[in-house]
Order: sequence, then structure tokens, then C-alpha cells
Amino acid sequence: MIANYLQRVGLRTFNVLATMGHAVLIYLKVVFGFSRLSIFIPLLVRQMYVVGVQSLLIILVSGLFIGMVIALQGYQVLVSYGAEGSLGPMVALSLLRELGPVVTALLFAGRAGSALTAEIGLMKATEQIASLEMMAIDPLRRVIAPRFWAGLICMPMLATVFTLVAIYGGKFVGVDWLGLDKGTYWSLMQASVEWQQDIGSMLIKSVVFANVVTWVAVFRGYHCQPTSAGISKATTDTVVQASLIVLGLDFVLTALMFG
Amino acid sequence: MDRKKQLQQRRIEIAVGLFVVLAVASLAILSIKVATWGMTGGQDTYTVYARFDNIGGLKERAPIKIGGVVIGRVTGITLESEYYTPVVELRINSRYSELAETSSASILTSGLLGEQYVGITPGFVIDDIAMLTDGDYITDTKPALVLEDMIGQFLYSQSDD
Repeated sequence: MIANYLQRVGLRTFNVLATMGHAVLIYLKVVFGFSRLSIFIPLLVRQMYVVGVQSLLIILVSGLFIGMVIALQGYQVLVSYGAEGSLGPMVALSLLRELGPVVTALLFAGRAGSALTAEIGLMKATEQIASLEMMAIDPLRRVIAPRFWAGLICMPMLATVFTLVAIYGGKFVGVDWLGLDKGTYWSLMQASVEWQQDIGSMLIKSVVFANVVTWVAVFRGYHCQPTSAGISKATTDTVVQASLIVLGLDFVLTALMFG
Repeated sequence: MDRKKQLQQRRIEIAVGLFVVLAVASLAILSIKVATWGMTGGQDTYTVYARFDNIGGLKERAPIKIGGVVIGRVTGITLESEYYTPVVELRINSRYSELAETSSASILTSGLLGEQYVGITPGFVIDDIAMLTDGDYITDTKPALVLEDMIGQFLYSQSDD
């Protein structure tokens, strides 16, 4: 009985290791394996439309509301210390350093990541991927690489747009509604935000998160059980795993950059 | 059919192009309106040092100001090994290189609870007085006012009476 148990533990360990190895191999193949640019770029543009442009609406709307809510909450606390002038720096720094990249990554995992997984999973279930292989077309290059690179390029851009919209949302609440001075909002923000440290950290974080989220999404789709239950499980896995990894990595990156 | 497909492809390309333009524009607005380039990066600077008796709550990267205008940043705070006096490394923009050696540095606080910064009062210039150059020490310094010390002195002087 004990031998049986050990066997099962061993099998599971090897399974996990094999999955991880598969994921790393796919990542390497996808990152370094693009075919001729004349074929690759039209595919990439199409995926950037699906992954980036179609995510823009949710990013814009949630950015606006998140900026507004930070400004509103921040104002309530700061005004009791007579420090409501610091609203601008608070909104800008919290968005640039944390909320911008993290919330974008979470939304991106939910909006684009799950769609990527489901699409690739369905391609696998309907044997489109197998038929590409039959025609001697590498599905990693033709199907996976454009999707991965599209996610990698689009997410930092989405994070930038998100942050800017949120800062304007904060301005809308702080200045236009609660009556803070417009000059104070912008000038104190400018005095405390530094390009290299704050905007730089936003860009670094969003590039890292883009890697993680699209990698998880693409791998979960490519690796899924080719059944309807398998696809639904893979889609759930994408959102859960990508979100958890993003939140964990965010702590590590913050500790590295600001600790 | 082919024509229709081409048109659709073109519409997608235009949308992606607009998206890229939007992202680049947001980055530009963030850079111009929200952030400032750090004084220590890029621009030409020179470094001078100042010994203070007490630096209070001065931090690295605190601004250096003349009459409220930021001219540089504090880039290092160390203790001199021999007498254990704090030495502050001041990196000043080369645009403001005409500072006489008689200039004085003091540690000031912006507002009652604000951050601390280094205020420089430019000194007078006569013939034989040189300008501050890289590596020089500002000799005329005033330490930070520590509120606790002042309260202590005040209480002490009260009890004398």
C-alpha cells in the first residue's frame, strides 16, 4: 500500500515537472521562433486587434472609475490632516507603481487571456492544430507566436493608457468635483513623480506581467484536454493562475525596486 | 469577396495603428505632465560637499534650492570617518556653476510638516574669491533645526527663572 502511494506521488511529481518543462520549451520556441517577417507581421497585427484594441474599452472604463475612487477615498483621509494638496502625488504614485500594471494585468487575464486559451483549446479540440501539423506548418509559429507577441506588445500599452485615464479620473473628482486647486494637483504630482523610478517601474512591471499572463494563457490552451470540459478547465486555470502569479510577482518586483 | 476581405484587413490595420498612436501619446503625456526627469540623470552636474552638525531628517534625493528654485539633489549622506560629522554630497546642475565659495548651505523644512531640503544662499563675490568647483566643501553651514532640541532648550531656560 505504501509502495502504491509512493508510486502515485512519484507519478504526479513527474507530471508536474513534465508540464513545467513543456511550458518552458513552448515559451522559448514562441519567443525566438518567428518565421519570415512578411508572414508574421500581418498575423501579429490581426492578433493585436483582437487582444489589444478590443480590450481598450474595458481598460478605459475601469481606469476612469479606479482613478475616481482613489481620489475620492484619498481626499476623505487627507482632508482631515489638511493635506488634500497631496492628492495628486497619491493618485499618481499609487497608479504608476502598483495599480496601473497590476489591475491592467488582471483585466487582461480575464478579458484577453481567457479568450486566447479558449480559442487555442478549441482549435486543438477540433483538430485544426493537428491538421496544420499535417500540412507541415508549425502551429507554434503560425498560431501561438503571433498571439503571444501581440499580448506582449499590447499589455504595456494598455497599462500606459489605463494609468493616464485613471490620473485624469482622479483629476476629475479631486479638482472638478471636490474643488481642489488644479495647479496644486498637477504641480505637486510633477514634483514627486520621477520618470526613471515611477514610469520606469510601471513599464518594467507591465512587460513582466505581459509575459506571464500571455504565457499562461497560450500554454493552457495549447496543453489542454481536447474536450469541452478540458477547455473550460483550461480557461478557468488561465484566469486563476495568471492572476495569482501576477499578484505574487508584483510583491517581488516591488520589493526589488523600492525595497 | 476578396475585395471585402482586403477592406476588412485595412480597417483592422487602421484600428491597431490608432491604438499604437494612443499608447505612445499617453506615454508622452505621462512623461510631460506627470513626471519630471530626475536632476541626477542625463544633465551635466557638479558635486560639492557640505559638513553639517546635524542633518535632521534630510534624505537622499532631497532637493537643493536657491530662493525656492530647485538647482540639484542630495546624492549621498555619509559620516566623516574621523570626527563623525555628517557630510552631505550635493549634486548641482552645471547651469548654476557660478556659486562663490562664500555661499552658505542650511537645512530647511518646507512648511511645518514638509520634507527637508538644502537651501543655499549665494555668497558675495570679490576679486580673490573663487567659485565652487567639483569636490569643494561649503564651509559655511547651518544645521537642521531639531524641534525636540528646541523644546528642550525652551524648557531648560524656563526652569532657570
